[in-house]
Amino acid sequence: MLYRTAGQFKTSYNSDQALFPIKQDAFLLGVILLFALVIFPLTASEFTFQTILIPIMIYSLAALGLNILTGFAGQLSLGTAAFMGVGAYACYKMVTLMPWMNPIVAILFSGVFSAGVGVAFGIPSLRIKGFYLAIATLAAQFFLVWLFEKWAWLYNYNASGAIQVPNLKMFGVYIAGPQASSVVQYFVVLFIVSLLTMVCINLTRGNLGRTWKATRDMDIAAELIGINLMKSKLTAFAVSSYIVGVAGALFVFMWRGAAEPNLFDIPLSFRVLFIAIIGGLGSVMGNFLGAILIVGLPVVLNLLPAALGIPISSATVEHLNIMCIGSLIIFFLIVEPHGLAQLWKLIREKLIIWPFPH
Amino acid sequence: MKDTEGYVTADGRQIGGVLMELNNITLKFGGVTAISDISFDIHEGEIRAIIGPNGAGKSSMLNIISGFYTPTIGELWYKGEKRPQMRPYEIARMGVARTFQNIALFEGMTVLDNVMTGRLTHMHAGVAAQALWYGKARAEEIANREIVEKVIDFLEIQSIRKTPVGRLPYGLKKRVELARALAAEPSILLLDEPMAGMNVEEKEDMSRFILDVNDEFGTTICLIEHDMGVVMDLSDRVVVMDYGKKIGDGPPDEVRNNQDVIDAYLGVPS
Repeated sequence: MLYRTAGQFKTSYNSDQALFPIKQDAFLLGVILLFALVIFPLTASEFTFQTILIPIMIYSLAALGLNILTGFAGQLSLGTAAFMGVGAYACYKMVTLMPWMNPIVAILFSGVFSAGVGVAFGIPSLRIKGFYLAIATLAAQFFLVWLFEKWAWLYNYNASGAIQVPNLKMFGVYIAGPQASSVVQYFVVLFIVSLLTMVCINLTRGNLGRTWKATRDMDIAAELIGINLMKSKLTAFAVSSYIVGVAGALFVFMWRGAAEPNLFDIPLSFRVLFIAIIGGLGSVMGNFLGAILIVGLPVVLNLLPAALGIPISSATVEHLNIMCIGSLIIFFLIVEPHGLAQLWKLIREKLIIWPFPH
Repeated sequence: MKDTEGYVTADGRQIGGVLMELNNITLKFGGVTAISDISFDIHEGEIRAIIGPNGAGKSSMLNIISGFYTPTIGELWYKGEKRPQMRPYEIARMGVARTFQNIALFEGMTVLDNVMTGRLTHMHAGVAAQALWYGKARAEEIANREIVEKVIDFLEIQSIRKTPVGRLPYGLKKRVELARALAAEPSILLLDEPMAGMNVEEKEDMSRFILDVNDEFGTTICLIEHDMGVVMDLSDRVVVMDYGKKIGDGPPDEVRNNQDVIDAYLGVPS
């Protein structure tokens, strides 16, 4: 009943191809935006910003980047964290070499570097597929992290070997560095994530998206209907690495404040991959659902025993947490292998025809 | 090029000049010769069939035309020019579209999206315009959607437009595949066993669609088929292959009475 589509007729292809062909979806987005733009900034505490809101958005963006490559174009990658690292280091070099640069521009531009690196490591995809390609991208993972460690120029010869985010101002307000306030950073992240999500939605529903999906579903047929596979795969690598790189820059500049090379090691790659898989490969919205589950849930689970007044040591909570998340992942993969996005799709289909079964 | 004269079919249709000509095509895989020294031509607007027993090299022939295989020896003339060695996607862009023996649809996409992929070669908007869904990208999307909808109408698959292809039955998948190939508005349409695994009714439907396509859009069609009845009724001219060699070529009636063809299909009395 909430999702009744009766009476919403389309009279042009333009309206049929609109972003929200169904009114209720637009309404739902409006509610989400209301929360994101007004209610969260007014009510959230420092802790909520730093442990839930900002990281969820950044992880969503990283997963979205990976999803373009793995979910839409069908090229498996295990090098996500390294590409995030490229974005972060590129951004760091830019703001330290050119302090006059607008930080948001720097963050958006840092993706260009990771896109370049991504394309270079994407070249093997022209010859190999599936797990073998995953291993090839693993090479990027090891090589780049090694590079972040050994190439001192990248971290400006800091004795610690880490990059430290400087105070960055835009229009007289600190937006990065120790002096920046969480609300400002939240809005910066929200702006960039919304922008890139919009771009991804448009790309994936358009011609390029169909090219990618065709490459994913059956590459031989794709080539025989006129798709240049090399172009299709390399654009996927470029767009994906761009988004992942921007996510990496946000990761360090808007959230962590500092980064060591091993931050961009394999566990981060896997974390992003889990978010993409649990959220749903080949979906844009799924990344956000996945990030909420993987990033948000542990925080809630951590707070739960204390809130309920159960006396458990924090170490035990941590263990319980890992067990819960692990079993949830398995549960979701069994119940809905296509991820949370598919689950939402099914619920939505049911809601549209409710109260009739079909 | 040899003659570019057209001819008139038995039912009185005027057929155009030569669209594609294959000269002395030989295809070898290592020591195995799949096709040996075959020449034939395809005229503009005709329905050309390639028939033959299993393993005769028919599919290999189609793969050569669509550029999936490169002939070991021999040359291929297309629209009056000798076709150089090209990647399959470049050949597709020159107006060669095809369907596959084992359906090769993009299972994860809806019918509409699948048919839209057929228009890929006609869409040129840049990545930036697509990212913003603005200007040329949007206009192109709508213009091509209109063409795709015409094909969808033509093949009577309106009701499954937004269904994921994976959920469709076999017969409909075959039809969607034809739609995808048609959406490209090809100069030559290659059909690899369009009626394999179909029941009589589905075969009738498919035959009607093939004839309609040829009639309405004037598309040149080259098809491989096992069902003799269908082939003899549909096609204007037939090439018969056996063990990689051409044993017959001509209008269906002529081929039907060719002694070599009868021997190949029924065997030679010892």
